[in-house]
Amino acid sequence: MDVAAKIAVEGVAKVFGDPVRGFRAIDGVDLSVRQGEFLCIVGPSGCGKSTLIRMMAGLETPTAGAIRMRHDDPARPLTAMIFQQESVFPWLTVAQNAAYGLQASGTWRGAESRERVEYFLHKTGLYSFRDFRPGQLSGGMKQRLSIARAFATNPEILLMDEPFAALDEQNKLLMQQELASLWEEFRSTVVFITHGLDEAVLLGDRVVVMSSAPGRFIRNMEITLPRPRDSIALRRTAEVAAMTAELWETLRTEVEAARQQESQRLGATA
Amino acid sequence: MARTITIAADKPRHRGLSRVPLGLISPLVLLLAWEAAARTGAINTAFFPAPTTILTTAVTQAQTAMFWNDLAISLKRIGIGLAMGGIPGVLVGLAMGLFRPIRDAFNPLIAALFPIPKIALLPLLLLIFGMGETSKYVTIAINVFFLMSINTFAGVLATPRIYFEVARNLRASRLKTYVSVALPGALPGIFTGLRICLGTALILLVAVEFSTADSGIGYRIWWAWTVFWVDTMYVGFLVIALLGYAFSTLVDALERWTIPWHKGQS
Ligand SMILES: Nc1ncnc2c1ncn2[C@@H]1O[C@H](COP(=O)(O)OP(=O)(O)OP(=O)(O)O)[C@@H](O)[C@H]1O
Ligand SMILES: [Mg+2]
Repeated sequence: MDVAAKIAVEGVAKVFGDPVRGFRAIDGVDLSVRQGEFLCIVGPSGCGKSTLIRMMAGLETPTAGAIRMRHDDPARPLTAMIFQQESVFPWLTVAQNAAYGLQASGTWRGAESRERVEYFLHKTGLYSFRDFRPGQLSGGMKQRLSIARAFATNPEILLMDEPFAALDEQNKLLMQQELASLWEEFRSTVVFITHGLDEAVLLGDRVVVMSSAPGRFIRNMEITLPRPRDSIALRRTAEVAAMTAELWETLRTEVEAARQQESQRLGATA
Repeated sequence: MARTITIAADKPRHRGLSRVPLGLISPLVLLLAWEAAARTGAINTAFFPAPTTILTTAVTQAQTAMFWNDLAISLKRIGIGLAMGGIPGVLVGLAMGLFRPIRDAFNPLIAALFPIPKIALLPLLLLIFGMGETSKYVTIAINVFFLMSINTFAGVLATPRIYFEVARNLRASRLKTYVSVALPGALPGIFTGLRICLGTALILLVAVEFSTADSGIGYRIWWAWTVFWVDTMYVGFLVIALLGYAFSTLVDALERWTIPWHKGQS
C-alpha cells in the first residue's frame, strides 16, 4: 500500500444478492486517494459510484478486496458523508441537526463546537432558520443543512455523493464556490461524486471516470488549474471547456453501454 | 372556441362558526328526540330514562364519596396496568426493531399470542394472583404489552434506513443511535399503540370489574343492574364515554407536544 495514501481501494468488488448469480455493481476497483486530495468521481448512472462511496463510509462491506483508510487524529471523525438522498432528521431543529454530527461522533467540544456549528449555519445561509424543523424547509435548504452537518464535524475525509444534485442552479453555483473556498481553508481529503463534468473539473485535483456496471476506473485526469479557483470565472475558460469535452468523450460510450444494460436487465426480469 | 378557466382564491372561512355546529347538531337532535320520547312515554323510561333524569342523577352522584372512589380506583387500575405493560412493551418493541436475533425469537411468539382475547386469560390470572388488585392490573398490562411492543416495533421498522446510516457513518455509539434515531423514529408508532391501548384498556377494565371487583366504574354499572338502578347505570356509561374522550384528547395533546414534526393528524 502506498504510504502517502489516505484511502486505498484494493481489488474491491461488490455483488448484491447471491454471490455468484447476483448483480455485480462494481468489480476489481483499485483507487488511491492522497492525503488532502480533492477527488471527483464521474460515471454513468447505476455504475456503482454510490456503492463505492458507501463502502468508504462504512455502510456496506466489499464482497472481495479491501478498503484501507488512515485515521490520523482520533479527535476528528474519520469520515462524514453527505448523502444523495434527503438525510436530515425531521425530529431535530436546524441547529440540532447541524450539531448532530459532532455529538454522534463523540467529538463535541462545548463552546468551540457550538461556534463551528454556527459558522457553518451562516455559510449555508441557514442561520436565521436555526429553530425551524426540516418540515418547514425547502428541498434545497435541507440539502444545505446536511452539508452543514457534515462540515461541522471536521472529518478527515469528506464523502459527498452528488451533494448539489438537489440544489437549484443559483444555489449550486454558490455552494460550489463556498465548497472550493472552504476546502482551500481546511484541506481535508474529499471524495466527491457528481454527474456534472464541469463541476468535477472546477472543484477537483483529479477526476476519475467509472465505466458502466460493473464499475471500474477507466480514466484518470489530473486537474492542474491553479488555486484558489474562481469557479464562476473559470467556467468560461477554454481550458475547462477542453477538459470537460475530453471527459465527455470518455463517458459517452459508457453512458450508451449503461443504457443498453439497463434495458437488458429490465427485459430479463419482465 | 376558447374558454377561460379561473382558479379562484379560497373564500375566507369562518371555521369556528361553520364547523362546530354541524358536529353538535346530530347529538343534540338525538338527545332532544330521546327526551321527548321519554316524556311522552314513547319509550320505556325503565330502560331508557330521559337525558335530564340521567343528568340529575349524575349531579347527585358526583356529590358522593362512592362515585369518586369508583373513578379513582378505575383510573388507578388503568394507570398501573398501562405502566406495567407499556414500559416493557416499548423496550421489547425497540429491541425487536433493532436486533435481528431478538426479532426472530419474539416475533412468532407475539404473533401467535396476540390474537388471544386477553380477557380469556382472566380465570388463569385469578388462579395465579388471586382476587385482589394484581390480577386486574395484569389483565390490562398483558394487553398493553402486546399492543405497545407491536406498534413500537412497527415504528422502528418504518424509520427510513438513511437515518440509521447517518448515525452509523459517524460511528455513533449504540446507545446514541437508540436514543437519537430509533426512539424518535418509533415515537409515531408508540403513540398509535398508546391510542389503541387506552381504548382497549377501558373495555378490559369494565370486563374485569364486572366479574371480579367490588368497586370501580364497571362494578358500579353491574351493581346498578342487580339493584335495578337504571339511572346509575347510565351515569356509568356517561363516565366511561367521557373517559374515552378525555384519554384520546390527552394522547392527541401529548403527541403534538412530544412529536411536533409528525403531521399524521390535524
Ligand atoms: N442494496 C442493493 N441491492 C441490489 N442492487 C443494488 C443495491 N444497491 C445498489 N444496487 C445496484 O447497484 C448498481 C449501482 O448502484 P449505485 O447506487 O452505486 O449507482 P450510482 O453509480 O450511484 O448511480 P447514480 O448516479 O444514478 O446515483 C445499480 O444497478 C443498482 O441497481
Ligand atoms: Mg448514486
